[in-house]
Amino acid sequence: MHIPDGFINGTTSLGAGIAAAGGIGAALRQAGKKLADRHIPLAGLAAAFIFAAQMINFPVAAGTSGHLIGGSLAAVLLGPWLASVVMAVVVGVQALIFADGGVSALGLNIINMAIIAPWSAWLIYKGLRAFLPRTQRVVAISAGIAAAFSVEVAALGFVAEYAIGGTGGAPVSTVLIAMGGVHALIGIGEGFITGVIVATVLAARPDIVTGATDLLDTSGAQPRRIGRFILAGVGAALLVAAFLSPFANSNPDGLERVAEDKGFIDTAQTSPIDGQSPFAGYGFGGDGAIATAVAGVLGVAVTFGIGYGIVRISKRVKTPR
Amino acid sequence: MSGFHTHALYRHEHSVLHDLPSQVKIVALVLFVGAVVATPREVFWAFGVDGALLIGAVLLARIPVGFIVRRLVIEIPFVLFAVLMPFIGTGERTPVLGVSLSVSGLWGAWTIFVKGTLGLGASVLMAATTEVPDILEGLERLRLPRLVIAIAGFMVRYIDVIVGELRRMRIAMTARGYDPSWIGQARPIATSAGSLFVRSYERGERVHRAMLSRGYTGAMPVFERVTTTPQQWLVGLGIPVLAWLSAIAPWVMR
Amino acid sequence: MSTPALEVRGLTYSYPDGRRALDGADFHIHPGERVALLGANGAGKTTLVLHLNGILRPSAGTVRVAGLEVNDDNLREIRRRVGLVFQDPDDQLFMPTVRRDVAFGPANFGVQGQDLDRRVAEALDAVGMGDAIDRAPHHLSLGERRRVAVATVLAMKPEILVLDEPSSNLDPAGRRELATMLDSLDITMLMVTHDLAYARELCRRVMIMNQGTIVADGPMEHVLADEELLATNRL
Repeated sequence: MHIPDGFINGTTSLGAGIAAAGGIGAALRQAGKKLADRHIPLAGLAAAFIFAAQMINFPVAAGTSGHLIGGSLAAVLLGPWLASVVMAVVVGVQALIFADGGVSALGLNIINMAIIAPWSAWLIYKGLRAFLPRTQRVVAISAGIAAAFSVEVAALGFVAEYAIGGTGGAPVSTVLIAMGGVHALIGIGEGFITGVIVATVLAARPDIVTGATDLLDTSGAQPRRIGRFILAGVGAALLVAAFLSPFANSNPDGLERVAEDKGFIDTAQTSPIDGQSPFAGYGFGGDGAIATAVAGVLGVAVTFGIGYGIVRISKRVKTPR
Repeated sequence: MSGFHTHALYRHEHSVLHDLPSQVKIVALVLFVGAVVATPREVFWAFGVDGALLIGAVLLARIPVGFIVRRLVIEIPFVLFAVLMPFIGTGERTPVLGVSLSVSGLWGAWTIFVKGTLGLGASVLMAATTEVPDILEGLERLRLPRLVIAIAGFMVRYIDVIVGELRRMRIAMTARGYDPSWIGQARPIATSAGSLFVRSYERGERVHRAMLSRGYTGAMPVFERVTTTPQQWLVGLGIPVLAWLSAIAPWVMR
Repeated sequence: MSTPALEVRGLTYSYPDGRRALDGADFHIHPGERVALLGANGAGKTTLVLHLNGILRPSAGTVRVAGLEVNDDNLREIRRRVGLVFQDPDDQLFMPTVRRDVAFGPANFGVQGQDLDRRVAEALDAVGMGDAIDRAPHHLSLGERRRVAVATVLAMKPEILVLDEPSSNLDPAGRRELATMLDSLDITMLMVTHDLAYARELCRRVMIMNQGTIVADGPMEHVLADEELLATNRL
């Protein structure tokens, strides 16, 4: 999924570049905190491994083959922050040294493969593991499922970028169905392969799977269930938003339907912020379906953020120090 | 959505471009591609200028044009995507050779094709005239974070080793008879890839020991910085500046 | 008696799973000597080698390099004094170019600029690889990489060169070139190997290791002539 030059217009590419720089900068700071100096050669070898792993291909449909992205594999094996850094190095080296992926599209490719792929995988992985038994088999299967979905989410990231600044002329809904459909199949392949790779590594060296070091913890400490439930909820909500909202029925929902039937929809006053909020009316600019999906995902994130903030603040109020 | 170059693209020649410091070439590449992407799609002559500049640079680098063209082959997948655009595009349609094609799709195809090809050609040229360690050094001099450069250095050093091991695994499996159904194919590759990761990780541990044995205490040693002269910047940025002029000219002239 | 280049006393070490790897190893090596350490696989040779520059730390016993004891305070200087050449040169040549690999060691000890360039050039000339200075390690043959690996430690001007299986996987030409090169070096040498022919060619003295201790230590001709001894120790 390495986007070449010319697919996405200049302003969007530039904006993506700035966003990518910010995101990877944050990842560097976070990864740097936990990085012992011995991890630097390990990260480099992991990057070389991801590069090689991306050469693994598998047939997805008549004549087409898919390649591994590896973002989810990196996340489970290295943790999400280091995974972002490593994936960004892979994408950057591919663009500048191997001329694979457009230089102008570097920001976009980093966003899709080094930020969206590993992080969506990590959230889903942690969400699944929060309420499942702690065994090697569960770790591998969770990693596989997370990988499968993360491929689709990354593809939706590309579709969003196309909706914002695509130069192709094809309607976004067509791109959504094509990319979304193909990557759903690619996701199955990547999910399976990721699961087997994680299982193999766990069997040989469980200590090197960063996402599963809790399996080695024999102290019997109870995990903080609350935090994990939040992650599970976010992960699930993201899944629903990403997959189902584009197909959400555009027919009016129950209340609006009734209002239309009874003729009182015109008396409904628009909310005071309608038109000012960028998300008013559940969508914003551009094509309906993808905008809905993006809005859905963002909506979940904002809701979560507000909800989490409320929980933190209320805890502070309840337990004065 | 793209093919793969898995071997470094460097081709040894003696030329002005080969002698330019790598950070000049990297900046020139970024500026040139930026100009191409910023050029409005209907200004055909500007793309002609860009193409001429690129070909001129290839000749200046003493690289055979065929060398570059062969490496453009990886763009075939996105060329196919571009070719689809006029057929699936929406909006106004126009007949071309008897077939009704979408106008916006035709514009889209043109944009993707010309900008993608020019961008790829420029990237290939930069990699063909700059050795991999020099590219990393150039990025370091351009103030990319040292952790990123260090990781990239190790990555680049061990790519051949790991890709080689992966290839040997595939050959060994083919020799033992592949099961063509895709699930059957995926499992042995994936288990081998898992072992490959463990081996790569263990190599990383040994590399760290070797670093410790040579006095490494947590910071990569700084090697001296080579300075560039203004003349080298002038030579290197000449082409992208011209590309930007042709990108901006249409707006100025309106 | 001059200070030994290397002095190992009562070295004891167990793996995390409890197995005894070293069980009171004792020996010393004088400046200028070339000593081979023979032993079957699993005898503990590589574990011993990793103790010589403090990568592994023993549960009992001491290691002294040119009189300096290996402990937390001296690690940096110890690592300059012990030139450890690992079995797989790909583990040791981790930089993008030969120049950077050979410069890595001395640069860590503060050598810079022209001094650094000189050290790098001298070290590569000593191993006969001066022409490879700007090449990438993965473009070199195994024998060439082995020689560059030796250069990476020679550049630190060590007291003793410790080589772990230097001849393994080399073709006959590679073996000859490496042997000639090692023979030309004027430095104390400890060669860990199970290649008897190589040991005989390059070393005057040989120690045999078995189950974590030194079971034999003497002149090459005597030890290698004792077939019963060799058989008992699976050589």
